Amino acid sequence: MHRYFGRKTLIYLLTFIVAVTLNWLIPRFMPGDPVLRMLTRTSVSNPEAIAPMREYYERVFGLDVPLWQQYVNYWVQLLKGNMGVSVWLFPTPVTEVITRAVPYTLALLIPAILLSWIAGNKVGALAARRKWLDNTVLPVGYVLTATPYMWLGILLAWSLGIVGGIFPVAGGYSFELRPEWSLAFVGNLFSHWFLPFLSLFLVAFGGWAIGMRNLIIYELEADYANYLETLGAPRSLIRRYAFRNALLPQLTGLALQLGVLVAGALVTEIVFAYPGLGYLILSAIQNQDFFLLQGTFLFVVIGVLLANFVIDVIYVIVDPRVRVGMQGAS
Amino acid sequence: MREQFYFAFRNRKVVGGLSVILGLLVLGLVAPLFADYGPNEYVGPPAAPPSGEFLFGTTTFGQDVFLQFTTGLRSTFLVGVLGGGIAALIGMTIGFVAGYRGGLLDEVLNMLTNVVLVLPALAVLIILHAYLGIKSIPAQALFIGAFSWPWVARAVRAQTLSLRSREFVDLARLSGMGTMRIIRREIAPNMSSYLLLTFILLFGGAVLFAATLDFIGLGPTESVSLGLMMNNAVHWSALHLGLWWWFVPPGLGITAIVGALYVTNVGLDEVFNPRLREM
Repeated sequence: MHRYFGRKTLIYLLTFIVAVTLNWLIPRFMPGDPVLRMLTRTSVSNPEAIAPMREYYERVFGLDVPLWQQYVNYWVQLLKGNMGVSVWLFPTPVTEVITRAVPYTLALLIPAILLSWIAGNKVGALAARRKWLDNTVLPVGYVLTATPYMWLGILLAWSLGIVGGIFPVAGGYSFELRPEWSLAFVGNLFSHWFLPFLSLFLVAFGGWAIGMRNLIIYELEADYANYLETLGAPRSLIRRYAFRNALLPQLTGLALQLGVLVAGALVTEIVFAYPGLGYLILSAIQNQDFFLLQGTFLFVVIGVLLANFVIDVIYVIVDPRVRVGMQGAS
Repeated sequence: MREQFYFAFRNRKVVGGLSVILGLLVLGLVAPLFADYGPNEYVGPPAAPPSGEFLFGTTTFGQDVFLQFTTGLRSTFLVGVLGGGIAALIGMTIGFVAGYRGGLLDEVLNMLTNVVLVLPALAVLIILHAYLGIKSIPAQALFIGAFSWPWVARAVRAQTLSLRSREFVDLARLSGMGTMRIIRREIAPNMSSYLLLTFILLFGGAVLFAATLDFIGLGPTESVSLGLMMNNAVHWSALHLGLWWWFVPPGLGITAIVGALYVTNVGLDEVFNPRLREM
């Protein structure tokens, strides 16, 4: 148990350090003078403001001390939870801007990932070795999993939102409403949430369905399935065993796909102007708000690492072999 | 080899997938040659629906959507081949070396693989693109390749481990062959079909990565791409104006290419793996 989690934790810790280091390194490799580039963009109206701003930026980047000390300072500030101040929403701290956006992204991602995984597995398992169902699930699955997230979002926004007029196509809730716990507001929130959720769900669903279908076919050819069949066990029982065995690789697949799913959520939010992290990234890029961009990047990395850890824990719970291996039995 | 070609040409998935890919490739290579104006020039009436003159209609500015689409296909194939190729090269090198050499080197490379594997690739690519300002497609492909190899390295390493202890590898080692030569001549040919399938999947992945980056507006600034077309369409409210011919073709093109690659991949798997064939 300790060895397994120790190794995993080491990997995640290393990844976090690599991400932070990249985050620190990239601006310093940026061609030209980053401070000058930021200055030319932000202040043009008042020439007297340039000198203090230059000083401010140099201090924020900590460019006046040796390189190793800059790196240490960066970590110290980060561990204090200080990621700088947003330029776009000046003078709000980056951490505050991000914590306001995170709930929207999580509200999209968590249901989309869980529901698509469950539904995809069920449908994929049903389709395996059933000719007519397989002939529809397989092509549909391949088309869905090959679709770029943003394009499906665009198609849904256009067909169900603009032409059909059933769902709103932009924002997290209507501008005339104020956030409150009323029925009208929650309903409004839901109607804005539905289309981005649906496009995320559909693309991910295709991949899980195909994966499960292939795994079930593989499992049904395994020795234990043949043995059960010769014993005269009912088909439904064999399929149930095959399904449970196939769930494990699908769980590993979920861990591997997390990054792609998060990326999908980011671009889907951009299509629907949904006020989550993806929309923040777009605004940060358009407003050249590099502190916000870097802060969002670190948040995404931390989120993916935490989710990976959760999957590791689930894996230990569902797979008896891992558990037995950990207790020292052979 | 001849036997595999025989089965490949009789496999409907391989033939269908390859015809879609080759058809779009030829379209992308040939069609722009017939235009005597650039893909970003204002040549037609603004926001015209598809017609005989402009096959896919025009944008709100009067740019030829068909020309943009076919030029974008070129970028898509280029970034797919380059990005997929670079990722395959890195992944295979690390996988072979880690699996064959073993020991401390394996530990270090394995750790590196695991770290890059859990790092969300697109988030890193966004940061890199935003700061460095990618100008050309090869540069974009280089970055995409540099962050999408880990699963290849893992799989190649596992296969190399199982091949390493086989007799013919021992024999090669006894006859004094160098490490690189053994990997190239003895180990790699034994998994060549698997390596081809890997490259196809990486190709599709690179296309999707590039489309996503272009859509966010971080793509190469000097070229037309399918992702950038979608970005422009959304940015200039093609959805609200009902200009469906502006945003449907680029997404459809990407879906067709990536979908065809996946289907070809499954078909080739059946060709190389006789156990899957009779189904």
